[in-house]
Amino acid sequence: MELTNYLVLSAILFSIGAATVLLRRNAIIVFMGIELMLNASNLAFVTFARMHGDLTGQVIAFFVMVVAAAEVVVGLAIIVSIFRTRRSASVDDANLLKN
Amino acid sequence: MIDAAWLLIAIPLLGAAVLLLAGRRSNAWGHWLGVATSGASFVVAALVLVALLGRDASDRVVDVNLFDWIDAGPLTVEAGLRIDPLSLTFVLLVTFVGTLIHVYSVAYMEHDADRRRFFAYLNLFVAAMLLLVLADSYLLLFVGWEGVGLASYLLIGFWNHVPANATAAKKAFIVNRVADVGMIVALMLMFNTFGALDFSTVLTEAPGISDEGTLTAIALMLLVAACGKSAQFPLQSWLGDAMAGPTPVSALIHAATMVTAGVYLVVRSGPIFTGAPDALLVTAIIGAITLLFGAIVGCAKDDIKKALAASTMSQIGYMMLAAGLGPIGYAFAIFHLITHGFFKAGMFLGAGSVMHGMDDDVNMRHYGALSKFMKITWVTFGLGWLAILGIPPFSGFWSKDKIIESAFAAGEGHGWQPWVFGMVALVGAGITAFYMSRLFFMTFYGDKRWTKDLSDGSELPVRHPHESPALMTWPMIILAVGSAGLGGVLAIGGGFTTWLEPVTGHVAHHDPVLPIPVIVVTTIVLVLIGAFLAWRQYAASAVPLTPPHGTPLTRAARVDLYQDAVNENLFMRPGQYLTRSLVYLDKRVVDGAFMGLAGMLALIGAGVKRMQNGFVRSYAAMMLAGFLVLVVVVLFVWN
Repeated sequence: MELTNYLVLSAILFSIGAATVLLRRNAIIVFMGIELMLNASNLAFVTFARMHGDLTGQVIAFFVMVVAAAEVVVGLAIIVSIFRTRRSASVDDANLLKN
Repeated sequence: MIDAAWLLIAIPLLGAAVLLLAGRRSNAWGHWLGVATSGASFVVAALVLVALLGRDASDRVVDVNLFDWIDAGPLTVEAGLRIDPLSLTFVLLVTFVGTLIHVYSVAYMEHDADRRRFFAYLNLFVAAMLLLVLADSYLLLFVGWEGVGLASYLLIGFWNHVPANATAAKKAFIVNRVADVGMIVALMLMFNTFGALDFSTVLTEAPGISDEGTLTAIALMLLVAACGKSAQFPLQSWLGDAMAGPTPVSALIHAATMVTAGVYLVVRSGPIFTGAPDALLVTAIIGAITLLFGAIVGCAKDDIKKALAASTMSQIGYMMLAAGLGPIGYAFAIFHLITHGFFKAGMFLGAGSVMHGMDDDVNMRHYGALSKFMKITWVTFGLGWLAILGIPPFSGFWSKDKIIESAFAAGEGHGWQPWVFGMVALVGAGITAFYMSRLFFMTFYGDKRWTKDLSDGSELPVRHPHESPALMTWPMIILAVGSAGLGGVLAIGGGFTTWLEPVTGHVAHHDPVLPIPVIVVTTIVLVLIGAFLAWRQYAASAVPLTPPHGTPLTRAARVDLYQDAVNENLFMRPGQYLTRSLVYLDKRVVDGAFMGLAGMLALIGAGVKRMQNGFVRSYAAMMLAGFLVLVVVVLFVWN
């Protein structure tokens, strides 16, 4: 199987994730977009590791997963907290720092 | 005693400091402190005089070093006092007349809430004037020079709640600043030429300078300074307005002492002027112009103080003329200065006394017949009047006559100079007699005009002219005695001229182009004609309450021969135009460049601010866009 296909899939997933982040208002969905982008990059890392016959890319993928897990914990906590205080999960409403 | 001469300056300065710093606490006794410090200065001056008279005539120039003042590389100036016949003459005049005027002011300013401040300024003036005449270097003289300028400004504007008085003070100050530029340039030239500013170096080395142009430049610059301080043409415009100050100030500062500082400067710088005949000629010409200018203006003024101010200008013109005649005239300039100091101060005090009795009305057309009501003022003023007319044996005769004789001997008796200067001095004496008699007759003779109805149906306020209190009359009496006798006493055997010789030098006598008896008789005849004309017009016939339309010359003289208009159109307007153009340039070009730059930055900021819209998604989009740009750069441009 051609390894390039994995890279193309990775690029498509990343673009879908980026579009989700940019276009959706719901914080949970935006968050999911971010996760999709992280995993798309993970796929690219692993593919490159395979292409070069080198484990470094796979190790980095593990690091990314760890960071993503930590980020999910903190990020979801923030979103839940904001939802509780402001009864809204829309990213456009979270503008307290403006002005 | 000569070593203690610094006390002369220190005592009045201390008095001024105490009066200004102690504030209202010294209101009760401040005026007496002012009188005491001035009097103490006079006592010290008298003791110094005794000490100086105890020395040989050749040994009478003493420099008292006080302290090292400036030590800056090639410029070393020591602060010191020069005690010599010239400076001591001035010191005696300033402290004596000054003390009398202090006493007079105690009564004159009695009802003024700020009497203490007035005495503080008077003391300050006395200290500054003494510093001016006692300094042994041009730089220290300049300190005193500015000090008297400051005191003059403060005192002209003493009643500064009236805007006109404050304006008059500013006018005097600004005209004097113009003159000070001349003084500063002279100081620079002196330092450049002699490398020093003290009299002993400059005046000793001046005759040895071969470059006459340099000496002429220094002398002319000194003359500019002298013209400003002494209200000489063309810087004379401030003196008339300076009469806005209280009358004792006009007597002390603007008649007897400060305005004569210019004459002092010229005589003191004698060796420089002697080495620059052109500058001497200019001095004499300026003196002659001012002499006639003041006399003509004096004929048309109805304000008693302004008429006296014009007369002061004219008399200082005589002194300048004498000083401009060179060594033959120096001593006579100082002689006339002394006698003038007495009779003019006396007449100003008399004018103050008249104003005191006439509710501060200064318009002579509202006076008349006051001789019956103010006998002491009338007699003392009359003696001053006889003195300024130059009637023998009153003191003005001895000094003015000498100046007229010297004027007829100008230019060593050759060419046009003796005739022109002589005739100007002679005619000036006649005009002086006219306007002073006019003033005297309008005030003390004729019919009582202060009781009359004005032409427009309104009445003059009811007046009760009365003699002034003893504190005011005694100074007038003493000055009147001086006006009557001082000139004759000092003239005995040429005593005063001999006394000044250590400073002015001994001069071989030059014969005037006319025989002396002819000059004397002509002068007296002209004076009598002038006085008679004034008597016929202002004593024998009625004086109208409102000034008649008059000839074009009278109308011009009433507005000081258009001096203010000339100054305004020649200097003030172009100056104003220049500054306004500069302001315009500053606003449009200099400010424009900076404001434009700032405006551009603000515009950029406003544009960039739009991007900070607070939406997390737009920030994310920007990050993505930036990242894509980086990718493009790395992939396509970098390689």
